Amino acid sequence: MKQRIIQNIQGMTHTDPKDHREELNFRLIWLLSFLLTASFAIVPVIFFAVIDYNVTKHSVVADAVAQTSRLTSNNWRSVAFFFNERQNALKYIVHDNRFSALNDIERLTAILASLRSSFGGFTDLGVVDANGIQRTYVGPYQLSGNDYSGQSWFVNVVEKGHFISEVFYGFRGVPHMVIAIKQALPNGGYYILRSAIEHQLSPILSEDKTTENSDAFIINRSGTLQTPSSTFGDVLHKIPLDVPAFSKETEVIESLKYQGTDLIVGYRYIPDTPYILMVVNEKRNAMETWHQSQMALIRYLSISITIILLGILGITTYLVRRLRQVDKRRVKYLHMAEYSNKLASIGRLAAGVAHEINNPLAIINEKAGLVKDMFTFKQDYKEDPRLMETMDSILNSVVRCSRITRQLLSFARHMHVSLQVINLKKLVHEVLGFLSKEAEFRSINVVIDIGDDIPDFTSDRGKLQQIFLNIINNAFSAMTTGGTVTVHANKLPNDTVRIDISDTGCGLAPENLKHMFEPFFSTKTAAGGTGLGLSITYSLVHELDGRIDVKSELGKGTTFTIHLPLEPGKKEEVHACTPSG
Amino acid sequence: MRVLLVDDEKELVSTLAERLGYRGVSADWVTRASEALSKAEKNAYDIAVLDIKMPETDGFKLKRQLKKNNPQMKFIFLTGHGSENYYHIGSAETGKDFYLVKPVEISRLIEKFNEAIKKQGTP
Repeated sequence: MKQRIIQNIQGMTHTDPKDHREELNFRLIWLLSFLLTASFAIVPVIFFAVIDYNVTKHSVVADAVAQTSRLTSNNWRSVAFFFNERQNALKYIVHDNRFSALNDIERLTAILASLRSSFGGFTDLGVVDANGIQRTYVGPYQLSGNDYSGQSWFVNVVEKGHFISEVFYGFRGVPHMVIAIKQALPNGGYYILRSAIEHQLSPILSEDKTTENSDAFIINRSGTLQTPSSTFGDVLHKIPLDVPAFSKETEVIESLKYQGTDLIVGYRYIPDTPYILMVVNEKRNAMETWHQSQMALIRYLSISITIILLGILGITTYLVRRLRQVDKRRVKYLHMAEYSNKLASIGRLAAGVAHEINNPLAIINEKAGLVKDMFTFKQDYKEDPRLMETMDSILNSVVRCSRITRQLLSFARHMHVSLQVINLKKLVHEVLGFLSKEAEFRSINVVIDIGDDIPDFTSDRGKLQQIFLNIINNAFSAMTTGGTVTVHANKLPNDTVRIDISDTGCGLAPENLKHMFEPFFSTKTAAGGTGLGLSITYSLVHELDGRIDVKSELGKGTTFTIHLPLEPGKKEEVHACTPSG
Repeated sequence: MRVLLVDDEKELVSTLAERLGYRGVSADWVTRASEALSKAEKNAYDIAVLDIKMPETDGFKLKRQLKKNNPQMKFIFLTGHGSENYYHIGSAETGKDFYLVKPVEISRLIEKFNEAIKKQGTP
């Protein structure tokens, strides 16, 4: 197909090397039509594809942001509820139990047991006095009697009345957090109920995960991990990101660079705690389905564009070729019309001239004839050779003039075709009969090669005779002495007969060949050629719906090729004309 | 053989008549159609030589008028316009007449006279 297109385009550009302007025009038309049609077809497709690309991208990002925000809020609610619930439970215990009861180890054990069964998540429970000494303790560690007066949580709870600590190792050497409640005593003093919670936040966070790839974790306000993070490492590691600015509401940072990947980060501060809940999503994961659909879109787009381009290429090439053919035909018809007009106007002129000349010529003829008659019949001057010679010369000139006017008239006439059944072989022999003496005299060899497969056909005998006579006459005059004239005819498949008449004469130069059929063009003016013979032949062949071409090579000879239809054209009617004086 | 020559060119017909006289053909000449008709009433002509384009009429009309009173008369048309081939075809209008194009050789004209006379029975 590629080769065919290339051939087609080359066909447009190389068939007529003489006419460079035409070549350029059609190549340009082809290129312009192809480019314009292609851009009109492809630009909207690409435009909508780009719009779709951006719109989809934005909506996918917005989806991912919304999802992160949702996840952050959900996790935040769970975690905030967890702390609130536990803090309230401790508050309830200090309100419901006297200080003495809480210092009873059995009672405290029972309370821890019921806390574990009701709420879960409490590791131990202890009562700390105003000096920071743990007076009573129940739990898995040996922490009774420990002095907490130097620890920050103790200082904070004494100050605020309740406190939730960051995660720390403490005495037990295990990451945990402390919830502490300060309770006043009737004697004006106070005590503190404290409980430690271990390993409770991670399960809550993973419960609320909605996608495989999101990472929910808690940091404190200095950026240290309070729960393990799949992105940033284990608990109590510092995260490499800046701690986000305080916000009561859920916030989402759309694009945060971390180790070459784009992160969507959602966060929210948990009130009354040192904690910030964070949810991290890799943008790449969120965009994965979008990437897949975009790849499909690009594939589809490429296939569509290829098909469109091939279609346009084919159609443009076809149309421009047709256009070129039509244009060539138009130029040809214009040329033909111009030529016919030229012939017709010259014809009218010739007829007028001939008619006007013929009458005075007839008078000269008769007067000269009379003078000659007088000399001849009266005997007085009969023996004077000079007189006779002079009269003969006048009369010869009249004959020459009349020959020219007759040819002019024959050129001018536009008679209709008179149809008869023609046997081509016989007709050619008849015509050669007129010329046989001259051929013999000039030693010209005439070869007739007419196939027996040519059927008799209907045409105008007079015109055909005239055509052959003119061309063979022309061939004879192209040769000095000797030489061969060949008449070859054969039937073509499309119901036409092709006749080639060639001579071995002097031939014609290419610049003369162009003008061959033009009226009054002659290379034999010195030898008495009028330049009308071949022009008349051309008209006659066209009147018979035929076509005549000529090929010639200087010094080698000339070949006339005539194509005649075996069926006469329907537009022609058999008519005899009414002549006018 | 008596011949009537009709042509608006006086110089032509008068000279032609004289030359025919040298050759033993008795020829009268006129330059108008009306004169031709009156001449034909008075004399019996074997042949009329008519120009086709004349000031008052044309050769074909004149032929029909002459033919009415002279059914045996033969006609030869002499014209400055056209070629001989052109007129050989004949038609309903002209019948099988003889056509010659000016200028014509006198011997050829006499030949045509003889041919026309020989053709008995033609219209």
